[in-house]
Amino acid sequence: MRERTKRKLLSIIAESSIEPFIIEDLRAMGVKGYTSWEARGEGERGDRAGDWEQNRNVMIQVVCSDSTADKIAERLFDAYQQDYAMVVHVSDVEVMRPQKFT
Amino acid sequence: MLENLLDPVVLCFVAGVAAGLSRTDLKFPEALYETLSIYLLFAIGFKGGIQLSESEWTRVIGPAAGTLGAGLVIPLISYWILRALGAMKPHDAAAIAAHYGSVSAVTFAVVLSYLNRLGVPAEEFVTVLLVILEVPAIMVGILLARLSDNSGPVRWKPLLHEVFFGKSVYLLLSGLLIGWLAGAERAAPVKPLFFDLFKGALMLFLLEMGTVASRRIRDLAKTGWFLTAFGIGMPVLSGAIGTAAGYLTGLSPGGTAVLATLCASASYIAAPAAMRIAVPKANPTLYLTASLGITFPFNLVAGIPLYHWMAQRVHEWGGKI
Repeated sequence: MRERTKRKLLSIIAESSIEPFIIEDLRAMGVKGYTSWEARGEGERGDRAGDWEQNRNVMIQVVCSDSTADKIAERLFDAYQQDYAMVVHVSDVEVMRPQKFT
Repeated sequence: MLENLLDPVVLCFVAGVAAGLSRTDLKFPEALYETLSIYLLFAIGFKGGIQLSESEWTRVIGPAAGTLGAGLVIPLISYWILRALGAMKPHDAAAIAAHYGSVSAVTFAVVLSYLNRLGVPAEEFVTVLLVILEVPAIMVGILLARLSDNSGPVRWKPLLHEVFFGKSVYLLLSGLLIGWLAGAERAAPVKPLFFDLFKGALMLFLLEMGTVASRRIRDLAKTGWFLTAFGIGMPVLSGAIGTAAGYLTGLSPGGTAVLATLCASASYIAAPAAMRIAVPKANPTLYLTASLGITFPFNLVAGIPLYHWMAQRVHEWGGKI
């Protein structure tokens, strides 16, 4: 079996209006790839049912190294936490091609 | 006004609001909402473009200038009222002002269908006025917010991209251009889709907008009585400004009613998207509730007949002098 290496999975749930900004930030911090999809839910900034355009959420996931995950999380909190609906969480994952996720 | 209430378009909106308030499980799939809004915006532009191709477009210059003036003045007046009378925070006032200066293309479609039903003609170039009115107020709102609170950098590039290449402006403009270039004869084969089916699609869209608006209506308790009064008073004032601008720049009574409605309508697609990025500190509940929960229903039910009445009166008085 192939060897597995530990990496971080960074999950960002945010209102869709800032998706382009977050993606731009991720690229600027050297992230090579990400996965995103539309999400629904409810939180302290209200019900985000996703039923029309001002009410949509996006889920963005990135696999990266510990240090990159820290950098991204700090940057996102500084830039968006105060004014936008956003939740960021980090979990441990194992990958088989560590060179892809720096 | 009762006559207007029985228009199937207005009845659909009422049915949508009732569906939302009674919490039925009616929910348009997101893709259908998106499809209908793309169809409507493009069709509005396209139909306007075809009409434009048959008109002498130099006549549009005076009314276009008047429309642009109204688009710059209305957000300033709104801002002053919200700050001075409503004691609102500068960024909230600026964001709401941008919504009231900008337009709702759906309200425009409803006033055209209203005039059409009454057999009142309007100028062929009114769609151009719709496009002109969409952007300036958003820019004024952004500047007002920046002047009052200069904290933090603005990412102008994505912001300007959102304002000028947002889907509503793009669809209206490209539809207008395609219709204008193609002309009536070449557009004849697609007439069933963009002309004949238009009103039915508008009805479905308003059914959906009714359910969305009903959720904003529930937020009214949170936003307070001042915003409710503003959401009804401001369109009447803007409608009067639009009536004056239309009359002074030589529009017909029908064209004046359209311009008055355009000025009175508040944006709920382009402006919220731009404001969320440009003025993040402004509370979206305030501007969405005012624009979608109060002003949009008011215009559909009572505003449009009122603006038409204003336009008729002004032309009658003007004719006597």
